[in-house]
Amino acid sequence: MSVKYETVMGLEVHVQLDTNSKMFTRVGTGFGKPPNTLTDPVVLGLPGALPVMNREAIEKSIKVGLLLGCKIADVCKWDRKNYFYPDMPKNYQISQFDQPICEGGEVEIELPGETPTVMGEHRKVMLTRIHLEEDVGKLTHYERDSLVDYNRAGSPLLEIVSEPDLFTPDEVFAYLTSLRNSLISAGISPCDMEKGQLRCDANVSIRPVGTTTLGTKVELKNLNTISGVKQGVEYEIRRQTKALENGEEIFQETRRWNPEEKRTTSMRSKEMAHDYRYFPDPDLMPVKIDPEWVKRIEKEIPEKPFDKQRRYMAEMNLPYTATAALCGDRPLCEYFEKTANLTKDPVKAANWVVNDLLRELSQARKDSENESGISVENCPLPPASLAELINLIEENIVSNNVAKELFPEMFATGKSAGELVKEKGLEMKSDGDEIESLCAKAIEDDPDAAEKFKGGKEGAINALKGSVMKATRGQANPQVVDETLRRLLSS
Amino acid sequence: MDSNSLISKTATELSGELEAGNCKAVEIAQAYLEQIDRVDGKVHAFLHRDDDDFLAQAKDSDERREKGETLGPLDGIPVCLKDVISVEGQPLTAASKILQDYVSPYDATVTRKLKAAGAVIGGRLNLDEFAMGSSTENSAYGPTRNPWDLERVPGGSSGGSSAAVAAREAPLTLGSDTGGSIRQPASLCGVVGMKPTYGMVSRYGLAAFASSLDQIGPFSQTVEDTALLLETISGHDPLDSTSYPTEVPSYSEVLKQKHEPCTLGLPKEFFGEGMDDEVRTAVEKAIEFYKGKGYEIVDLSLPTTDLSIPVYYVIATAEASSNLARYDGIRYTSRSERAENAVDVYAKSRGEGFGEEVKRRCILGAYGLSSGYYDAYYLRAQKTRTLIRQDFERAFEKVDAILTPTSPTPAFKFGAKSEDPISMYLSDVYTISTNLAGLPGLSVPCGFTQSGLPIGLQLIGKAFNETTLLSIAHDFDRELQFGRQAPNLED
Repeated sequence: MSVKYETVMGLEVHVQLDTNSKMFTRVGTGFGKPPNTLTDPVVLGLPGALPVMNREAIEKSIKVGLLLGCKIADVCKWDRKNYFYPDMPKNYQISQFDQPICEGGEVEIELPGETPTVMGEHRKVMLTRIHLEEDVGKLTHYERDSLVDYNRAGSPLLEIVSEPDLFTPDEVFAYLTSLRNSLISAGISPCDMEKGQLRCDANVSIRPVGTTTLGTKVELKNLNTISGVKQGVEYEIRRQTKALENGEEIFQETRRWNPEEKRTTSMRSKEMAHDYRYFPDPDLMPVKIDPEWVKRIEKEIPEKPFDKQRRYMAEMNLPYTATAALCGDRPLCEYFEKTANLTKDPVKAANWVVNDLLRELSQARKDSENESGISVENCPLPPASLAELINLIEENIVSNNVAKELFPEMFATGKSAGELVKEKGLEMKSDGDEIESLCAKAIEDDPDAAEKFKGGKEGAINALKGSVMKATRGQANPQVVDETLRRLLSS
Repeated sequence: MDSNSLISKTATELSGELEAGNCKAVEIAQAYLEQIDRVDGKVHAFLHRDDDDFLAQAKDSDERREKGETLGPLDGIPVCLKDVISVEGQPLTAASKILQDYVSPYDATVTRKLKAAGAVIGGRLNLDEFAMGSSTENSAYGPTRNPWDLERVPGGSSGGSSAAVAAREAPLTLGSDTGGSIRQPASLCGVVGMKPTYGMVSRYGLAAFASSLDQIGPFSQTVEDTALLLETISGHDPLDSTSYPTEVPSYSEVLKQKHEPCTLGLPKEFFGEGMDDEVRTAVEKAIEFYKGKGYEIVDLSLPTTDLSIPVYYVIATAEASSNLARYDGIRYTSRSERAENAVDVYAKSRGEGFGEEVKRRCILGAYGLSSGYYDAYYLRAQKTRTLIRQDFERAFEKVDAILTPTSPTPAFKFGAKSEDPISMYLSDVYTISTNLAGLPGLSVPCGFTQSGLPIGLQLIGKAFNETTLLSIAHDFDRELQFGRQAPNLED
C-alpha cells in the first residue's frame, strides 16, 4: 500500500515600490546607477541619522491593499528587526511586525485551461497580510572579499504574505503571474524579477492526503524568476515526497534553490534561525491612516486585469486568446481601447494589436540596444493611425494583405496609412474593365482550372484568383475579382 | 579687554560687548583658546580641537558685524559640543575607540541652527562612551576632572560639557541627557544645565544612545544664557520624526518680563534616604528662598519613583543594543586586525572597540528584547513607563513645577563607584524619571558644600512649557548666581 501526499504552499512576495525617494529618507531610488551613489547619512546608518517616513510609499501600499481587497489598518507602526548582516547598514531593518498596513485580502488566479485557447478555472488565493519595510543593499562575493552596494538599501519594499493556500506548482505560477500583472497595471512597481523588483520565498510542506494538519514547513529562497519559482517548488515537492516515502523525517529549515544544478540545498536549520528581537522603532511614530485618504486612493484604483478580461469578452466579444494577451498589460489595453473606439469592430482592433503591434514591439526591442527604450506608450504608431488603417480596409480602400505589408513601415516611420497608400499607389483596384480583362487572361492561361471549376470543383477558382491578385500586386478588390471570375466562367 | 575678563563673562554679556563694539569675536575666541591651553591639561574637557577653524569662524563673525549683517545675539559667541553631536568635517568619537577615525560628513540640526545664528563652534567635548555613565570615567580617551576638585568626577555623561563651562573654557556648551546626563554633571560642576521636553530639540545628528529618552540641551553659567541657547536650537525638524511641531517662544525675552510666583511641589519620594546632608540643607535653603518670594510650596507624591531606575535600564539598554548595532567594523568604524571572517569582523571589532559599560548595556538590552523575555522585560517596562508619566500628569494638576535635588551627593571621587555599576546607576535616581516622562528638567546651582563642592537644584516642568520652568529657575538664579562663581585652577 502506498500513501498519497498532497502539497500545501504559501508565498512571501517582496515588491519594490516605484517611489521617487527611499522609504525613510529623501535620496532617490533607481537601478543601474554607479554603486553607492544613492546614499546619504540615513541610508548608510551614520551616527545620528534618523528615519522619516515616505508618504508616497504608504499611499502605494494602501493602493495595493485596496487592489487586493485587504483591510487597511487604522494605525500601523514600525518595528526594528535586529540581525547582523553587511548588506544592512544599521544592522536592523525597519519593518512592521504586529501592526502591518494591510491584513487579509485575496489574489484571483487562473489555472491553465484544457488548451491554450480555452479559459482555465479561476480561484481566489487568500492573503494573510501585507507589510512595508526597507530593502537591504546588494552583496557581491569574490574569492576572498565581498563588496556591498547600498543603492538599493532603504528602498521601500512591500512584503505580501499568502495563506498556505496554494496546492500545485501551477497554482504558484498562476499566483505570481496574476499578482505581478495587478501590481504592474496599478503602477505599483515594474516588478522586473531580474532587477530584484519582485522577489519570492516559498514555504513548502506536504502531508498525507486526507489529513488536515500542515506538514513540516521548509522555506525556499533564491527563487529569482517566475519559472524558477515553479521549478524550485516542483523539486522540493519531489524531494520531500521521496523523503517521506523512504521513512525519513522532514526538518524545518531554510533551503536555497540552485537554478544551475536544479536542486535545493540546506541554508540553515530551525535551531540556527535568528531571534530578531523585534521592538517598536523609537525613532518613528505610529501611522494613523485617515479613512478619507483611503477613500481618495480608492478612486484611483484601476480595473483589475481579470475584470477587464471578463468585460472584453462579454461586451466586445473578444476571443479568450486575445484577452489573455491584452489584459496583463495595462498600457496595451489602453492602446487597444483607444484604437477600438475609433473603429467599428473591436475584434479586428484586438487582432491587430495582439498580432501585429506586439510583434513589431518585440522586434524593435530586440533590435534596439536600449531595451527599455521602446514601449507601447511611446511607439511611433499611435492608436489613431492603426484605427485609420483598419478603417481603410473596412472601406475597401486597401486590401487586408496590403495593410499587413504596410504595418511594419507605419510602425517604423510613424507615417499614416493614408499617406503611404497614396505615396505608393496602393489603393485597391475595383475598376471593372481592367479586372475583367485580367480575369479573362487568367482563364485563358489556366484552362485546366477553369474546366475543373465548371465541373463543380469550387476550390479551383482560388488558383485563378491568385493569378489575378499576383498580376495586380495584391491591389485588386478580391470581391470584384471573385464576382467577375464567376460571371465569366458561368457564361 | 583682557582675556581673563572676557572668559568670566556670560554669553549674554559677551553678546552685549560685541554689540557695543568693545571687543571682537576673534578676541573672544583667542581668550578661550588661551584658557583651554592653560587649564585643559588638568581638566581634560576636550577630546579634539580645531583652532584654525574656530578662529576662522570668529573672523567671519567679525566681518558680518562690520557689514551690519549680524545673525543675532549668538553671533560670535563660542559654543562647544559634546562629542556625540555631528559637525560636518569634524571627528565624532562618542568617546569610543570604535569611532576613533570617523569624521562626520554632515551637520546635526542643532549644529546647523547654531551656524545659522552665527555661533562659533569650538572643540569636541568629552563624555562617557556613547553617553553611558554618570562620571565621564567611561571615556576611552581618559576621564574629565571636576574643575572644583581635580580628584573628583565632573558627573556624566556630559562631563566634558559641564566641566568646560565651569572651567571657563567655553561660555556655552551642548550636552545630551538620556537619564540625567546634562543635569547631573551640571549639578556636580556648579553650572546651569537643562534637558528640554522630549521632541523640543531635534535629535538629527546626535549619535543615539536611547532614542525615546535622548534630548540635546544647553549648559551655561546662568539661566539667562540657557534660555538664549535653548531658543536657538529648539523647534520642529522635518528630519526627526519625534520632533514636535510647536512654536518656540523667545525664552530670553520672556525672562525679561516679570514672573508671578506660582506653586512648587516637593515629591516626598525624592527627599528620603540616601541624600547627602549638605545637599539637603542647600535644597531646603532654596525652598525657603522661593517661599520668601511668595511661591506656594506643596508636598506631593510620585509613588512610581522607585520603579524608574529598573524601567530605565530595561528601555534604555534595549534601544541602545539596537542603536549601537551599526558600529560593526564594516564601514566607518574600526575593524579588528584579528578578524579572519565575517563573524569575527563583528565580534572582534565590537569586542575591541567598545568599553566595558557599553558592552554590559548592549548585552543587557539584547537580553531584554529576546524571544521569551520581551513580555517580561521590555513590554512591562513600557507599561510601567506609562504609569510613571501618569504620576507626573497628576502632580502637574496641582503644581507648576517640581523641585528636587539634582543629585543625591556632590561630586564623588574617581573610582568610588566605577567598580559597582548599580551604585553608579543610583546616582541618577532623581533625574531618570523626568526622561521616562519626557518632561523638561533643569539643574541650577544652589550652593556649595563646606569643602567647596557645588550643589544643584532640579526643577521639573510641564511638557512643552519651558517658559514657566525657565522663569521659575531665573527667579532664583538672577539673585543668587552661584553659577557665576569660578573654581580656582591656578597651580
